[in-house]
Amino acid sequence: MGAVWFWIVAVMIVAYVVLDGFDIGVGILTPILARSEHERRMMVRSIGPVWDGNEVWLLAGGGTLYFAFPLLYASAFSGFYLPLMIVLWLLIGRGISLELRAHVDNHVWRSFFDGVFFVSSALLAIFLGAALANVIRGVPIGPDSYFFLPLWTNWRTGPQPGILDWYTVIGGLVAFIAMAMHGALWIALKTTGELEIRAQQFARRTWLALLLATAVSLPATMIVRPATLENYRSFPVLFIVPVLVILALLSVRIFSSRAQHLRAFLASAAYLAFMLVGACAGLYPVVLPSSINPAGDITVAKALSGTYAIHVGLLWWIPGILIALGYFTVSYWLFRGKVPTDSEGYGH
Amino acid sequence: MDALFLHRLHFAFTITFHYLFPQLTMGLALLIVVLKGIAIRRNDERYAQAARFWARIFAINFVIGVVTGIPMEFQFGTNWSEFSRRTGGVIGQPLAMEGVFSFFLESTFLGLFLFGEKRLSRGMHLFSAFMVWLGSWISGFFIITTNAWMQHPVAYRLLPDGRFELTSFTGLLLNPWAWLEYTHNMCATVVTASFVMAAVGAFYLLNKTHLESGRIFLKIGVIAGLVSCIVQIFPTGDLHGRYLAKNQPAAIAGMEGLFHTQKGAPVVLMGQMDEEQQRIDNPLPVNDVLSFLLYGTTKAEVKGLDQFPRDQWPTTLPLLYYSYHVMAGLGTYFMALMLVAAFLLWRGKLFTTRWVLWPLLLSFPLPYIATTAGWMTAEIGRQPWLVYGLLRTAQGSSTHVSAGNSLFTLLGFLGIYSLLSILWIVTVYRIIETGPLPAQAQTPEALTA
Repeated sequence: MGAVWFWIVAVMIVAYVVLDGFDIGVGILTPILARSEHERRMMVRSIGPVWDGNEVWLLAGGGTLYFAFPLLYASAFSGFYLPLMIVLWLLIGRGISLELRAHVDNHVWRSFFDGVFFVSSALLAIFLGAALANVIRGVPIGPDSYFFLPLWTNWRTGPQPGILDWYTVIGGLVAFIAMAMHGALWIALKTTGELEIRAQQFARRTWLALLLATAVSLPATMIVRPATLENYRSFPVLFIVPVLVILALLSVRIFSSRAQHLRAFLASAAYLAFMLVGACAGLYPVVLPSSINPAGDITVAKALSGTYAIHVGLLWWIPGILIALGYFTVSYWLFRGKVPTDSEGYGH
Repeated sequence: MDALFLHRLHFAFTITFHYLFPQLTMGLALLIVVLKGIAIRRNDERYAQAARFWARIFAINFVIGVVTGIPMEFQFGTNWSEFSRRTGGVIGQPLAMEGVFSFFLESTFLGLFLFGEKRLSRGMHLFSAFMVWLGSWISGFFIITTNAWMQHPVAYRLLPDGRFELTSFTGLLLNPWAWLEYTHNMCATVVTASFVMAAVGAFYLLNKTHLESGRIFLKIGVIAGLVSCIVQIFPTGDLHGRYLAKNQPAAIAGMEGLFHTQKGAPVVLMGQMDEEQQRIDNPLPVNDVLSFLLYGTTKAEVKGLDQFPRDQWPTTLPLLYYSYHVMAGLGTYFMALMLVAAFLLWRGKLFTTRWVLWPLLLSFPLPYIATTAGWMTAEIGRQPWLVYGLLRTAQGSSTHVSAGNSLFTLLGFLGIYSLLSILWIVTVYRIIETGPLPAQAQTPEALTA
């Protein structure tokens, strides 16, 4: 049962990153791609009806983590105290700017919220990537299973690292570039005219950066946490995951250059998903490694909730998530196609 | 300021601010369904316009509710990690269910409701509004189940390492405390929404603008307000009070300021608590009423705080006493005001009676205060426990998060929430000033984003 809940939480995190990933990407790209107020509006409108639902995966994933692995939730959330609070502030900035930017028809007001939207989206991407890198690298877990990390120490990995060190900064950059590309592919898919072309070109340029960043991040992970490879050695079939990462990345390039936007976007979603799956496969059964001594690792077995609770949980989680997938299907189908450029359509 | 105090203040401040928004949106969602329903049934564009107007106010409040709600879930782990570690096995369940069953529902159908009026049939659009209402009320249920378990723990087993384990899923969801708290709380959201709607209506009539909309808002606001204000006191408030007396007698003694056990205990309408001398100064007592309210007979004995060891008295006792009195006092005023307004509405005189329109306009902040005071009563009354009788508040906070770090982020939230408050006032006031618009005149930009 532990493995089941490990992968349930992993799938929810993947869903969050893939879905909110393009919302965040759009936030990063608004000042780069849009040349006019009209284009900015198109970009924001492309995520208008869906961003809130995408963000729910973070909340639902967090709730599920709390329920299935209370010890992990308690230890990680209090240990990553400062960056999590900053993430909360960034989420506030994003939500508010999306809702309020159009409420007052005035340049200063809109520019202010465009700025907030960009800064909070960009930092959020970096923090999410760095967060994942922290979980891979490990943290100094004490005998009581708790820890507390400062934002940075000496920028080196090692037994007493900070949230930010050279490795987690790489993680942040990978996430930043990947989400920017993911967002550009979404914009190419949802808009028309010059904006579509500009987004497509931008995606191709970021593609190269992402290829490089990915190429750096994989060996860096082997250096920082050599144990990552253990699962891969025991189950060589797992090596298919990094192969799929590479295939997905190549498909992005191919589909993007043929202007097959939907396929390129889905390939980019697959890239994000396989990167995360690869990381989870390297971690299991550890959920938070100790940087001091492997005996201190928080594992699935150590953190799992009571037997009764996790069995009952499965009974509601499966139908619950199937219903949620139904909602998403309806919503994305209803708002399919290009964002209308006139005032018809998305208004109410 | 020690770390425990700051962790408490951190949660208290962020939850109080957060709940200013859902208490409106949960009630308003119901009233929007009513407006849309009337619009379709009577084929009346004025009601459709009213629904659109309130949807804009709803959207702002909903988003602020969402972004200030995410910190609530995170804070269980960040500031209350020991509490999370010990109780996750039980209350993690409703919290996770809230995400899976309510937030997906709510966010998807809100997207359809706000952006899809032209893409959906009228019936489907009404259905979306209904689902937004349903989602928000399901969310309320799960979060109250969580709180109710802390107030009145059921269906658990305590393990040697201090963790709680769930023993009965249905027992957790059918906790009687949860259902009493839920009905009382959801009814309060309708009170808030009714008062806000009636206040905007009163504003339009007094200001002599948007008269037709103003009359609709007043009518719906006053009718919903009357019903919810009555249900708020009887039966929900009454039943909740009796159950509280049975299960948290120390809390009720603190709320009433009853230091000494007494037969024929009075209700003190007003007075200042002197905790040191253990008495109420300048009291305005009504004899025997408390005994009657709690036990149905004027002679019943009500336990005073003297029956409980000092270390089990609710902490910050005077605040508990005042919170409860503010809630109960305002609740009584609400019912009186709505009775008068409803009577005049029935007689066809409300829209021209300025001495009632003015109080209706000025009273809109009061339900927010009453609801906040009600929650303070519940949460301070629970002290000194996190899980009543089982886990003390002092045992639940994050020991590795220092006072300084907690203060740092508390100050951050104070700053950000101050900004949010200003933005809320500016944008909501602009919507009210502009007033309801015919469908064609609405630019999508003003609604979307």
